[in-house]
Amino acid sequence: MSRKSALRGIPIKTEPACSLTKTERDTVLAVCARLKAAAGPLLPILHGVQAALGYVPKDAVPLIASELNVTRAEVHGVLSFYHYFRAEPPGRHVVHICRAEACQSVGAVALEAHAKKSLGIDFHQTTSDGAVSLEPVYCLGNCSLGPSVMVDQRLQGKVSPERFDELIAQARSRS
Amino acid sequence: MSGTRIFVSRDASAQAVGANEVANALSREAAKRGITIELVRNGSRGLLWLEPLVEVATDAGRVAYGPVTPDQVPGLFDAGLMRGEPHALYLGFTEAIPYFKSQERLTFARVGLTDPRSLQDYLDHEGYRGLNAALALEPAAIVAKVTASGLRGRGGAAFPAGIKWKTVLATPAEQKYVVCNADEGDSGTYSDRMIMEGDPFVLIEGMTIAGLAAGATRGFIYLRWEYPQAKIALDAAIAAATEAGYLGENILGSGKAFSLEVRLGAGAYICGEETSLLESLEGKRGQIRYKPPLPAVAGLFAKPTVVNNVITLASVPIILDRGAEYYRNYGLGRSRGTLPIQLTGNIKRGGLIEKAFGITLRELLYDYGGGSLSGRPIRAVQVGGPLGAYLPESQFDTPIDYEEFAKIGAMLGHGGIVVFDDTVDMAAQARYAMEFCAIESCGKCTPCRIGSTRGVEVIDRLIAGRDPDRQEALLRDLCNTMTYGSLCALGGLTPYPVISALNHFHQDFAKPAAVKAVG
Ligand SMILES: Cc1cc2nc3c(=O)[nH]c(=O)nc-3n(C[C@H](O)[C@H](O)[C@H](O)COP(=O)(O)O)c2cc1C
Ligand code: SF4
Ligand code: FES
Repeated sequence: MSRKSALRGIPIKTEPACSLTKTERDTVLAVCARLKAAAGPLLPILHGVQAALGYVPKDAVPLIASELNVTRAEVHGVLSFYHYFRAEPPGRHVVHICRAEACQSVGAVALEAHAKKSLGIDFHQTTSDGAVSLEPVYCLGNCSLGPSVMVDQRLQGKVSPERFDELIAQARSRS
Repeated sequence: MSGTRIFVSRDASAQAVGANEVANALSREAAKRGITIELVRNGSRGLLWLEPLVEVATDAGRVAYGPVTPDQVPGLFDAGLMRGEPHALYLGFTEAIPYFKSQERLTFARVGLTDPRSLQDYLDHEGYRGLNAALALEPAAIVAKVTASGLRGRGGAAFPAGIKWKTVLATPAEQKYVVCNADEGDSGTYSDRMIMEGDPFVLIEGMTIAGLAAGATRGFIYLRWEYPQAKIALDAAIAAATEAGYLGENILGSGKAFSLEVRLGAGAYICGEETSLLESLEGKRGQIRYKPPLPAVAGLFAKPTVVNNVITLASVPIILDRGAEYYRNYGLGRSRGTLPIQLTGNIKRGGLIEKAFGITLRELLYDYGGGSLSGRPIRAVQVGGPLGAYLPESQFDTPIDYEEFAKIGAMLGHGGIVVFDDTVDMAAQARYAMEFCAIESCGKCTPCRIGSTRGVEVIDRLIAGRDPDRQEALLRDLCNTMTYGSLCALGGLTPYPVISALNHFHQDFAKPAAVKAVG
């Protein structure tokens, strides 16, 4: 260790070690640069990163923390509090199934079982071909025309198990 | 633009059952036949079971057809769609459909009528008259009008809006905020969404008036991520309003400033609670704050903040325009004005019904709703979201009124009614209520964070028939602890659905087969 570094004392701001890919890193930095002046910027930044990458990589936490000059614990605490944010890349399509009461009254429980069985995955998982990730959601605001499902950002109503299969087939055929 | 005006809703629920495909089919078919049409993507009329609804403007009024599928479109043209002529899907004049005609649409006056993307359309339909009236008043006079109207918060707690505004006005600060609670997390509710998508300007106008009244120059709309269509509609409307001088540094040349932005939530039910929402807006975990201080005194970034629900704020323009008396004259007792009721779940004719307070559940379920969708008897309804009580048939004569609901240990909340037929397993519903509380707990206090998880376990044992009397006593005791020991209404009200299910539908908890297993 050189004399110079030994004298440096406690570093005020170091570049955090991270294993982000270049794209991930550039995206996180660009989103931070764009939004960090906003009032209460953390949620908009996390949304920005997830919108761009599809997820918020674990190693984005120290980078965002250093950009906002807050602790990693604060960023991690926020990221892990909200159900919407994901740390792993999603499948090519994200399917949210409504589990809430109004949908339950018209068959959501059976639909959920069908979805898990036909896709062979549980909630918060992705099919092995990387096509579909399945997530629960608690009301999509379509409670008079349930059961409700959101495929990517599109709401679908009156989704029977057969209709669910159709929607999945359509999604798969899109890419 | 010329050509006959045809309306197909842009509302997310209408799109969810194919409104875009119908709109495309209409354009294609019209082009094929060489007919010029002006396709307007309006908000939904709220007759959701008839979506996708197609309306045609005729000299005598708008004529409706529905629910329409794309393949029926050529047939509609053949039958004389352009002249509003009969067809199997013909419904007559939209505004003469009894479900619609019998409503009292104050807050929803324009939803379904106008093009939500058009500021001009808004202005042509009495838009911004409330703001103009407010600009001529002192802040205290605006607050007085809202107080006199009797308007109470529509987000659930039913606190008088005028009193909240008065507190913010009376608290000096160099910066104040107006925050619109658009988190609408309750199952069985979508009235906020319908306003934001179907008439976003009315919310913007209401927030601007709130800003003038409270002395706040910045506003935020905290919108749940689950509503991407509402985000698009709000962003477009804010841009249009800013462009035209209805928002910004100098509103309509008055020298008053108000700016507005939309912020997205991230899937946390608890962020609908106002202090949790403020934490979230500040970029923190959505944990409940201790009160006091009230948000009206120290809210967003510790500044005085008006926090109101979408419907509360969207009801303000008509109060300023028509007067407090006009609004107050609807309703009864201490529940004044109208409530946009959402009839949802297992119901034949689900939709939005804006009515003066006082209508009974029974009228809503049978006269409007036409009974269950499955055709089976209605066994239970849950009113007021996931924290609302389950009501049996014997309570269906309860009028829609905050105090009447409180009397039977229930709550109106945000006006959502979820209908269940006789196939429902109420023990499963009670279990779900506890499970939901466990999933959504912010974790700040023990009765809710741990109690909800233990609650699921106790209900599981009760259902399994393991020493049921003891389990039931334990469950009631736990609910008592949650009711009185929780910091906020998530833990505090979860016992409502649980205990009401237990009291009114006891047989579902003690299944004969399970009881035998006790041995
Ligand atoms: C767990 C919980 C969830 C809530 N969710 C919402 C919500 O989604 N939307 C809402 O407007 N109010 C919600 N509220 C009520 C708010 O705390 C608050 O009373 C409301 O935003 C005040 O506005 P209002 O007076 O106009 O109703 C919730 C309350 C609790 C305890
Ligand atoms: S009751 Fe639940 S949600 Fe409310 S403060 Fe306590 S832990 Fe948080
Ligand atoms: S309960 Fe499923 S959309 Fe509202």
